[in-house]
Amino acid sequence: MRGPAGRCPNCSAPIQFRWSSAVQTVCTSCRSVVVRHDLDLDAIGEISDLPPDSSPIQLGTEGRFDERAFTVVGRIVYEHADGGWNEWHLVFADGTSGWLSDAQAEYAVSTLVAPPPQPLPEATAVTVGVGYPWRGEDLQVTTLTRARYTGVEGELPFEYWGKDEVLFADLRGHEATFATFDYSETPPLLFVGRLVEYDDLSLRQLRSFDGW
Amino acid sequence: MVATAPLTRGFNCANCGAAVELRALQHTRAVACTSCAAIIDPRDPTVFVLQTAAERERVTPVIPLGTRGTWDGQPCEVVGFQRRSIEVDDTRYGWDEYVLFNPYRGFRYLSEYEGHWNDIRTVRELPRLESSGKRTKISYRGESYAHFQGATARTDFVLGEFPWRVRTGDEVRTADYIAPPQMLSSESTDDETTWSIGRYTEAAEIWKAFSLQGEPRSASGVFANQPSPYGKRLKRSAAVFALLAGLLALFVVVRLVSADRERVLSERYVWRPGAGEPAFVTAPFALREPGTVEIALGASVQNAWLGVDLALINVDSGTAWNVSREVSFYTGRDSDGAWTEGSRSSRVLLPAVPAGQYYLRVEPEGPTTSPQVPYTIQVRRDVPSLLPYGIAILLLLVPPVANLLRMASFEHRRLQESDHSA
Repeated sequence: MRGPAGRCPNCSAPIQFRWSSAVQTVCTSCRSVVVRHDLDLDAIGEISDLPPDSSPIQLGTEGRFDERAFTVVGRIVYEHADGGWNEWHLVFADGTSGWLSDAQAEYAVSTLVAPPPQPLPEATAVTVGVGYPWRGEDLQVTTLTRARYTGVEGELPFEYWGKDEVLFADLRGHEATFATFDYSETPPLLFVGRLVEYDDLSLRQLRSFDGW
Repeated sequence: MVATAPLTRGFNCANCGAAVELRALQHTRAVACTSCAAIIDPRDPTVFVLQTAAERERVTPVIPLGTRGTWDGQPCEVVGFQRRSIEVDDTRYGWDEYVLFNPYRGFRYLSEYEGHWNDIRTVRELPRLESSGKRTKISYRGESYAHFQGATARTDFVLGEFPWRVRTGDEVRTADYIAPPQMLSSESTDDETTWSIGRYTEAAEIWKAFSLQGEPRSASGVFANQPSPYGKRLKRSAAVFALLAGLLALFVVVRLVSADRERVLSERYVWRPGAGEPAFVTAPFALREPGTVEIALGASVQNAWLGVDLALINVDSGTAWNVSREVSFYTGRDSDGAWTEGSRSSRVLLPAVPAGQYYLRVEPEGPTTSPQVPYTIQVRRDVPSLLPYGIAILLLLVPPVANLLRMASFEHRRLQESDHSA
């Protein structure tokens, strides 16, 4: 799949969107965050180098989730007091997008559910143990994380820039169902998916590590 | 051409200056110096000592940090080690945990308590409460797990790398649920509950996977999720029993069908009270093959009894088999209605009588006041006896019953270590 092309407003390097619905990308040449308004590109700032990372996944990694092929086109790196994780932006073969979260090599694939079938609890009301019904299953909030992003890379479906610390509530079910309440927006966003094993994803085009 | 990324990094311990290596790099949230056991923040290792070594006894891991092996079909490296303990009835019980790392598949753990090993992974599905009676049950992936033990686990000593901010002195509430060889465990703090699943693993498997030197120490006692060796043995001995019992049943059927049951004597007599010396002998009869002999006494007694002393006597050798039989039969009526008691016939089976010519010596005895009583005596040879088969079944039952008892004792010893000991 090939999306629209253009030139970086900052350094004039060619910018090629791999995904037709991408809203934002990072210029690989000058590391400017480039936002697309139709075909005009705006450079809205420059990001610092990505923090060093030990994830086996990288831009261009391909895999399958429930028999649907996907390609990794972007990423947000989050950091919190006790560590951090990656949200890899996936584009499926049918053009829809999803997220592969990689927290210390524990993986989950999820997609945005908009609007949520039930309103999400307010940020002030969400605590560990709070339930949320999802397709006959009772999901439970198992972790609350306050995190800030420390880097972006590649193409994203929205403008992600300069956000402050955000509250995330992770939920789990009895069938490996995984959900996140994302309080970066009001009303909060709901992502639902599944915790998966590395081997379930048939990943290719991975990083290789010295000695492994 | 794919470039490889570094995964390891070395620095000097900010506490003691010794070389420290990070093997899981960005995944590591805390690393304990292998030299001084100080716990260091890997994000800025030259500055942040999270905790200096506690003044505790140093523990040497059986599997040295840095050991590589193939576990569950995948390469992995031992990157961290901790000793943890719980307190039960004022006694501390310690066990060891090893952190295994694979850059693609992440972390898993091995634990050892007194020679008992478990292979532990975090779980993706939340277990479901099944029943909360005397012994809580939870279900996970369709299998039922019974509560075993709840405790507070304390981290006493750490070495190497951990994917969380480990500290000595950390305490979590734990609950273990078992379905041997599996064990589901929860660890809870005020903020979070995490679940993991352990599979009981033979030490030899680990020694082989990590090419360890020497022999693992032998396991003592029965561990929570140790599979019972008697389950398998019980199944095997029950199968052997079923097979032999089936064969035996076949023999019984063949015997019941093919037995001669040859009648060699059938006589009618009458007991007359006060008729003087009552003893007499029968005409001789032949037992043409050695085997069982059945002697049956029948008498039409009514509210009376008749006893007979019998001797089966070999004509040639004079060898005698003495038996006594008595029949009695009473009827009447009381507040509950009519009743009867006793039986009008009685038989005895002699198990092994040689072939030959025989006769019976008969000495009847009855009440002196009753009317005369007609009675019959019948002798049959080769009448099947079920007794030897019954004894054989009992003997065959010994191994499965012994295994059942051993299994019960094993389960008893298992529960001794739990919150549910009798």
